[in-house]
Amino acid sequence: MFRNPLFRLLLVFGLALGLLAACKGQQPATPAAEEAKKPFRVAVVMPSAINDLAFSQSMYDALVAIQKERGEENFQFVYSDGMYVVDDAAAAIRDYATQGYDLVIAHGSQYGSSLQEIAPDFPNTSFAWGTTVETFGLPNVFAYEAASEQGGYVNGVMAAMLTKSGVIGVVGPIETGDAKRYVDGFVAGVKATKPDATVNVNWIGSFSDVSLAAEAAKTHIAAGADVMTGTAQMVVGAIGVAKEHGVLWFGTQADQTSLAPEIVVANQVYHWEVVLNQMIDLIQQGTLGGRSFAIDLANGGIVMVYNPQFDLPDDVKAAAEKTIEGIKKGEITIPLK
Amino acid sequence: MEGLLEKVLSLSVLLGMLTSGIRLATPYLYAAIGETFGQRSGVLNLGVEGQMLMGAFAAFYVTWRTGNLLLGLLAAVVVGALMGLAMAVVTVNLHAEQGISGIGFYLFGLGMSDLLFQKLLGTVRTVEPFPDLPIPLLSDIPLLGPVFFRHNVLVYAAYLLVPLAWFVLNKTTLGLNIRSVGENPEAADSLGISVARVRYFTIILGGVLSGIAGAALSVGLLGVFQQNMTSGLGFIAVALVYFGAWRPLGVLAGALIFSLVNAMQLWVQVLGVPIPSELAVMMPYILTIVVLVLTVSRARPPSALTKPFEREA
Amino acid sequence: MKRLTDVLFDALLPLLAASLALLVGAVFLMVMRVNPLTAYAALVEGAFGTPNAVAETLVKATPLLLVGLGICIAFQANVINIGGEGQMIVGAILGTLVGLTFTDWPGWVVIPLAMLTGFVGGALWGGIPGVLKAYFNVNEILSTVMMNAIAVQIMNYLLRGPMIDPVQKAMASEIPQTAALEMAFRLPRWVPTRLHLGTLLAVVLAVVVHVFLWHTVWGYRIRAVGKNPDASRYAGIPVKRYTVLALLLSGAFAGLAGVVQVYGVNYRMITDGSASGFTGNAGFNGIVAALFGGLHPLGTVPASVLFGALLVGANKMQRAVQVPSALVIALNGLVVVFVVSSEYWRRRRQRRRMALQREAEAPRPVQETAAASSASGGQD
Repeated sequence: MFRNPLFRLLLVFGLALGLLAACKGQQPATPAAEEAKKPFRVAVVMPSAINDLAFSQSMYDALVAIQKERGEENFQFVYSDGMYVVDDAAAAIRDYATQGYDLVIAHGSQYGSSLQEIAPDFPNTSFAWGTTVETFGLPNVFAYEAASEQGGYVNGVMAAMLTKSGVIGVVGPIETGDAKRYVDGFVAGVKATKPDATVNVNWIGSFSDVSLAAEAAKTHIAAGADVMTGTAQMVVGAIGVAKEHGVLWFGTQADQTSLAPEIVVANQVYHWEVVLNQMIDLIQQGTLGGRSFAIDLANGGIVMVYNPQFDLPDDVKAAAEKTIEGIKKGEITIPLK
Repeated sequence: MEGLLEKVLSLSVLLGMLTSGIRLATPYLYAAIGETFGQRSGVLNLGVEGQMLMGAFAAFYVTWRTGNLLLGLLAAVVVGALMGLAMAVVTVNLHAEQGISGIGFYLFGLGMSDLLFQKLLGTVRTVEPFPDLPIPLLSDIPLLGPVFFRHNVLVYAAYLLVPLAWFVLNKTTLGLNIRSVGENPEAADSLGISVARVRYFTIILGGVLSGIAGAALSVGLLGVFQQNMTSGLGFIAVALVYFGAWRPLGVLAGALIFSLVNAMQLWVQVLGVPIPSELAVMMPYILTIVVLVLTVSRARPPSALTKPFEREA
Repeated sequence: MKRLTDVLFDALLPLLAASLALLVGAVFLMVMRVNPLTAYAALVEGAFGTPNAVAETLVKATPLLLVGLGICIAFQANVINIGGEGQMIVGAILGTLVGLTFTDWPGWVVIPLAMLTGFVGGALWGGIPGVLKAYFNVNEILSTVMMNAIAVQIMNYLLRGPMIDPVQKAMASEIPQTAALEMAFRLPRWVPTRLHLGTLLAVVLAVVVHVFLWHTVWGYRIRAVGKNPDASRYAGIPVKRYTVLALLLSGAFAGLAGVVQVYGVNYRMITDGSASGFTGNAGFNGIVAALFGGLHPLGTVPASVLFGALLVGANKMQRAVQVPSALVIALNGLVVVFVVSSEYWRRRRQRRRMALQREAEAPRPVQETAAASSASGGQD
């Protein structure tokens, strides 16, 4: 048995690995180096990668911003990305809670069910989940959501004014959640500004199929669209198509200008730090949950970012600003559904 | 409703569908033709998706760094070949169960391409993809010219690959060797054909073509890389080999039917046909099966498919 | 007879192969400036370090085992079923419907009924490719790939439409999930962990499948059809029917796995738009687990646990050393490739053993003995 050289090799590797594993007791304990001034520690669980230029990245960027603002010695965070498997995410949430993080964020609406189960077991840990308003009546759960229909509406107003053909194309993943709110808001914005404009919506049934998103965009263009928008991480394919055909693009969730500075008009950008900072302050004052937050235009959690390289006509910009003001003051209400 | 039907069936919409279908079929053609060679020689490779992702990333990254599309394409070829080589070692020399090793390579490619993307690119970036290359004269044919003759070079090459593959498989000694290795490796071996060498060739060729399939997406049609961007395309490509009954022309038919229906469902949604979007998205999958059921074929897989070859001592 | 060293060899080989894969992974970790020692220590701890870790490993192993049992059956009939993902989904949808419909029935009625329904649902989704293969010559790889995609779209439609949680329907967020199951319908758990009764059920079923395959006439015929369809046909076995049966059963176990995930772990169905969000890739990983278990139902039990441990441990590693989860997926792939390749040495050893056995049993030809003795004489 030991004469086979390959087997011997395997054995050596195996033993070495076993030894390594046995050494684990000697690893230094990570947290609680200084008792005097403990930093605020956050753990976040996200469904896709931190650089998806969409939903997950918006949260990651917010945490980086908070860290910059509060200083590394006061604020630290860890993350689990790519947790699209719901029960894996549940395991991660429970594990982070066990490790004593001050705030555990479940950044995906599909995690709510798991959180409802886990949170009661850790009454001293604060949890947050989004995007929703539901805290399950638990005293240690915060809920957060984005009023993405607001930015959608503003984008819709501009899109309606900029379209010459009167046809606008939308590329979405599946018809639920944040994507649906954004698209509903966008359509409402278009219709309020230019009732006779046509908005074609295409749900491609996937968050990842970049090439189908691109082909959907091409289909919109073939159907006469000269302005497009879309949401979720696979729309990067559609943006490329828009660029190639000189079709205007409106972004959401993150600033997508860098992908196509020639044709991106404006983006709805999420700044979760607005609500996260409120949560952190509350936690430090002893309130661990029970409230729900929303980022919106009024509280600065949703910001419309115009592409500086795009020559936006003054009247369109004025209309957009007026719409933003109207939404902030509550003069414009956006019908959902 | 009648107005809607008229809209769906209008000439411009039909031409649009055709153009989209031809474009969408491109990556399937590369990957499925590559897989056809592999299966004809008796090797099932379920790792196509992983090879595509690695190829897509390699092509994108090199293009982004150098600004040279051809270098990018070359990178996809090299990376695809390396993935194929690994697959060949595992399945030909070590006789590993082919389906399972393919799943392993799929997972490796899925994870590794994403990891490299995060570490080397940091965020979603864009490059200028292969430009559309209208073919002089032909592209000016009214109506059909733009449908068939205004694509990028990788699209044309994909369609040229089909007759080429047919020729190689059916009219050359190499093709004969591939087929005999897939049907009866023992007999081929006794005739002095090296089964291992033939399978190495087909598996690596499959890897190369899958790599190009990925490149056809990332630097051909899109100019962008995103994690898991193939999104199951590689598995569809494997399925299309069965649809095509291991013949390049059959694969072409399958790729076109699937892609045309996919293009159609995009139009169905764009034109506002009142059906749930999910039903539209399902259509290409359902219709591919239905077509195959209706055209009951007598084709049977290569006899030695999934069977490792070992010389009797 | 198998000697102890052989048994040990067979058991240790996959472990060694997996370790070798992790060793390659260590290179990646070092490139990313992560200490592989710390990383892999976390992996081991995450899989086996605490009672809860062990429970998590078993929870992860359960759907792998259930899917794997079906794979064992299909493989015996020489059919590859890569439709586990879709079959899990369809099984789970039907099983969940039972729980959401008969809310006032007792749990001891609803749970078995739901499982049966899910079993049948999976059987249906697996049986269709079976029928297509047997009677329409449609290859099962093609049909299962397509039917996985179809199942995902059906799930997405139902969960955002007819089956959506009424609470969610009323909200702006409209999360695509069903209502939660009644408390009485949830599988008993070993509190405070998530380990549920479904795990035990899966192990019991492993024994049942073993008996089915090797001690019933149907099992015998399925194996015969897989080994040699022509001979089976000649012997009067309806080959087509048994091909369908194999795929049908394979799908049924995947369907059951889907129901068990809902009734044991999640208590409702949720979709993120993809299949794997719900299945956790168990439809594919179950195939790998079955192969690691030697395509034997009883061997699949420890194989599933080990594979589950790898998946759970690797996620823990991700958290401990903060590497992107993409690395975890790549490592997972490496382990699969290495373990499946290591089978080579097991087979070779087995062959040698059998050759030795034959040699020992068969009377030696005179010439060969003479040659052998002369050779040994030369060595002296």
